[in-house]
Amino acid sequence: MLLTMDKELIQIIGVTLKMSFFSTLISCFLGLPLGVLIERGRFWGRRTLKKTASTLMGLPPVVAGLIVYMLFTKYGIFGSLGLLFTVEVMVIAQVLLITPVVICLTSSVISVSGKHLSETARGLSLSKGKTLLLFVFHNRRALLSVVLTAFGRSIAEVGAVSLVGGNIQWKTRVMTTAILLETNKGKFTFALALGMVLLLISLIVNIGASLLTKRRDSDD
Amino acid sequence: MKKLLAILMALSVLFSFAACNSGGEETTAAEETTVATPENPTIRMSTTTSVNDSGLLPFIFPVFEQKTGYKVEVQSAGTGAAIQKAKDGNADLILVHSKASEEEFVNEGYGVERIPFMFNYFVVVGPKDDPAEIKDSENAAAAFSKIAAAESKFVSRGDDSGTHKAELKIWGENTPDGETDTWYISAGQGMGACLTMANEQGAYCLTDKATFLSNKDSLPELDIILEESEDMKNTYSVIECNPEKLDGINTDGAKALIDWLLSEEADSLIAKYGEEEYGQALFTVIAE
Repeated sequence: MLLTMDKELIQIIGVTLKMSFFSTLISCFLGLPLGVLIERGRFWGRRTLKKTASTLMGLPPVVAGLIVYMLFTKYGIFGSLGLLFTVEVMVIAQVLLITPVVICLTSSVISVSGKHLSETARGLSLSKGKTLLLFVFHNRRALLSVVLTAFGRSIAEVGAVSLVGGNIQWKTRVMTTAILLETNKGKFTFALALGMVLLLISLIVNIGASLLTKRRDSDD
Repeated sequence: MKKLLAILMALSVLFSFAACNSGGEETTAAEETTVATPENPTIRMSTTTSVNDSGLLPFIFPVFEQKTGYKVEVQSAGTGAAIQKAKDGNADLILVHSKASEEEFVNEGYGVERIPFMFNYFVVVGPKDDPAEIKDSENAAAAFSKIAAAESKFVSRGDDSGTHKAELKIWGENTPDGETDTWYISAGQGMGACLTMANEQGAYCLTDKATFLSNKDSLPELDIILEESEDMKNTYSVIECNPEKLDGINTDGAKALIDWLLSEEADSLIAKYGEEEYGQALFTVIAE
């Protein structure tokens, strides 16, 4: 059944992976350092940032989509860029959704190992920078699961991407919006089959990531 | 003691007679408005988003519900899903607008009989300056080939809905392929979302008139460019789900609702709908 729409399915999977990869990359690039700094750094507005991030974790995807939509609509602030209904704008909406999650998860990962590691660092009389690196290195596996969570969120999200992406065939259609479409068409079994494909992709990504950490561990 | 009881009984009988006589006229008047609730008062109707979004059903159903004591639960989805839900036994009747799918539904034994009862016309909306110059086309097919020749943007529902099927029928053999014809945007979304997209992208779109008029305020770029050609006729039918094929169908309810939809009372309500809000009727009743 899935074989009949081979070409289009591959294209959809391609768009899905591209979107999820870049949203994960950007939100981790922003969120991981912020999450570490919130726990370890001492700077003005730290608490406010933490509160904001944890509040934004509850941001409903559709609302995130709406905000991005309003910014990029024809008469919106960034309307002249003509980015609405492109993969780029889908990534922007995803980053808005996922970065707070990355920040919060990172900060809780770091805080858990806080006391014990600080003592070690002090014992070794490490510099501030090196202490931070110790924290990151020590928690690398937990931080990898933060990255995977971010990836999982972005690959499974449907509300925001269908709003700003428009679910356009051959252009912005991703797995989730394709599943929604097939459901609306009444092709429930086919929609379910697509859901299985999505799960399979997630599984492959997860296995790949755990292999990566294993190899690193044996290098140590 | 017995005497007392007898007197009391006699008195109560007298009183009840008296009450009946004095309130006689009122009770008959009340009977007309509060009808006994039917045994199975819930009617599940599966319909398409375009019918639901037009606002027709909330306009006419309260009259039916008050008259009969039934309660109509309307589920709306694209035509494909609307029919699938009925095939799964989750509806008592369907109200859709896609002849081929309806006939299939009946032929497969899920539906009892296809009863066309009202129609309207699809319209082609597009940017106000009409870049592909389709305004004076003799019908939608001619307009579509002009759009294709000019490669003007066109937003398609792309979701197997009744509107999408009507659009594909107009394109016929010349249906564009979104992979190579990048001006043809297959959105796979509901009517409202497609119109918003057409408004954003400066594109043409085939839509039912009701949905366009009810969203017009948020679609400043779009106007009706072409309307009322025979190839844009849009017929709505009701079909009662077949209780012999499906379990748990409220046949009495479905029959009552269909009978009422074909009645003169419903006809005049349907013919009236839209005049107040849009200055024009949105549906025309098919005379039997």
